[in-house]
Amino acid sequence: MTDATAAHAVLHGVTRVYPGANPVHALGPIDLSITRGSFFSVVGPSGCGKSTLLDVLAGLSPPSAGRITFEGQPVNGTVPDGVGVVFQEDSSFPWLTVRDNVAFGLRRIGTDPAEIARRVDHAIGFMGLTDFAAAYPAQLSGGMRQRVCIARTLVLRPRLILLDEPFGALDQQTRLLMGDELLRLWRETDATVLLITHALDEAAMLSDRVGVMSARPGRFIDLLDTGWPRDRDSRIVSDPGFGAITARLWSSLRTESMKAIGARA
Amino acid sequence: MKRTIVTRPAMSRARRVVWTRWGITLLLVLLLEAACRLGFVPKLAVLPPSEVIAAMVALLSTQEVLTNVAETFSTVAIAFTASVLTGFVLGVALHGAPRLRRAIDPLLASYYAVPIFVFYPLLVALLGLGALPLMAIGYLAAVPAMLIATLLGLDRVPPVLRRVARMHRLGRVSTAVLVILPAALPNLFQGIKLSLAYAFIGVIAGEFILSSGGLGYAIAFAYDSFDNRTMYGLMLFVLLSAVISNGLLSSWESRLQRRRGLQ
Repeated sequence: MTDATAAHAVLHGVTRVYPGANPVHALGPIDLSITRGSFFSVVGPSGCGKSTLLDVLAGLSPPSAGRITFEGQPVNGTVPDGVGVVFQEDSSFPWLTVRDNVAFGLRRIGTDPAEIARRVDHAIGFMGLTDFAAAYPAQLSGGMRQRVCIARTLVLRPRLILLDEPFGALDQQTRLLMGDELLRLWRETDATVLLITHALDEAAMLSDRVGVMSARPGRFIDLLDTGWPRDRDSRIVSDPGFGAITARLWSSLRTESMKAIGARA
Repeated sequence: MKRTIVTRPAMSRARRVVWTRWGITLLLVLLLEAACRLGFVPKLAVLPPSEVIAAMVALLSTQEVLTNVAETFSTVAIAFTASVLTGFVLGVALHGAPRLRRAIDPLLASYYAVPIFVFYPLLVALLGLGALPLMAIGYLAAVPAMLIATLLGLDRVPPVLRRVARMHRLGRVSTAVLVILPAALPNLFQGIKLSLAYAFIGVIAGEFILSSGGLGYAIAFAYDSFDNRTMYGLMLFVLLSAVISNGLLSSWESRLQRRRGLQ
């Protein structure tokens, strides 16, 4: 299941075991290659290790075994330059305004103030937050706070964007609209995107390729190329092919989801 | 028939609360004044508030009282500062040592069940008469409040913020300064407020028990001498000092909350 051509991030034999009195084998072994500039989504039953996969790929957690590379360089427990992560939970800083939240990473790396202002303005405008630049996260809706977090990552111009169920807490309409914004962001930045999601329709709509994971310990049991054009948006949900993709994903996932909840297939 | 709705600029809820609070306080003071003046309350027991205020103003122009005020306030300031600093450092250290914390947690939980004033004779024996045992009492009363608030604040930092710090490749110091401390600040502020209150209580009460100076001593001396004017005047001053210092900290806290869009 690896594709060496134009590989941006590669996982080879990666496993993650949480040590302890009763060690938990959470992930793998995983072999995966993510093509540069592609939109790759991961779906899987609850607790299958999707977020663990994102953690080890981001360098937030070291793998127990195996090798991870990003742009040819090994990843092992520290987040490499060029990787941005958007988390499932609201991770905005409540003591900073929207503008200061978005500028946080740029200030840390000592970017020129004029350049910070330019990039922050662009990111805030891109995420539709211009009118709320001076607001604090507590004054925003959940969807807007998540957009602040995406803008904070986007402004750093990551070449690999990892998203851990970023729309999990949002309603369906907002999810579709946020999906459109994510696709626009992906097209305009040429970044590689890895999206962890539990929503099959979201994965089917957004992705070039979808990986289906098994119940814990998570492994890829199916990789599906959607064949969507790069210039797409949420209106493809009405495409006849959309239903077929979602049906195939569910077909791959159903037995694993049953295993995860302890039911019989 | 057409009805016209007249809208008036509404007073904000916070402002209404403040006005109500002041209104109730003023009403109670006026009621006490009337009760004293009309003889419902014996003047030997309670002075009318107007006389208490006049006594306080007069007392604050005497060198003796000013010396007592300076003595008490400097003792409180030292006990408070030391308790905040060490409470914070101990809280951070304990947060980083979960096993030790598990061992100490029951002691912290029951700390305020112990009347620390019983240790005053021991402190006098160890530290001698003077300001030191009073500082120690104030410090011992205040330090757990800051320690517990620090632990609580650090516990409540959402784990995702630490992950954001790692995503931005922040070091330990930068993570602490830029992420952990601001996230824990509301709880730390509660600790600071409580520490000030406990240090104040500890020092004044210590002066009551065994001291040759300070406001607590002066109030106890006036009580023993049946000098109601001095006693009530100083009591009012202590009360106002506590209210004003707490009010200043609360207003600072409100400013911080407004900066987070929480008010």
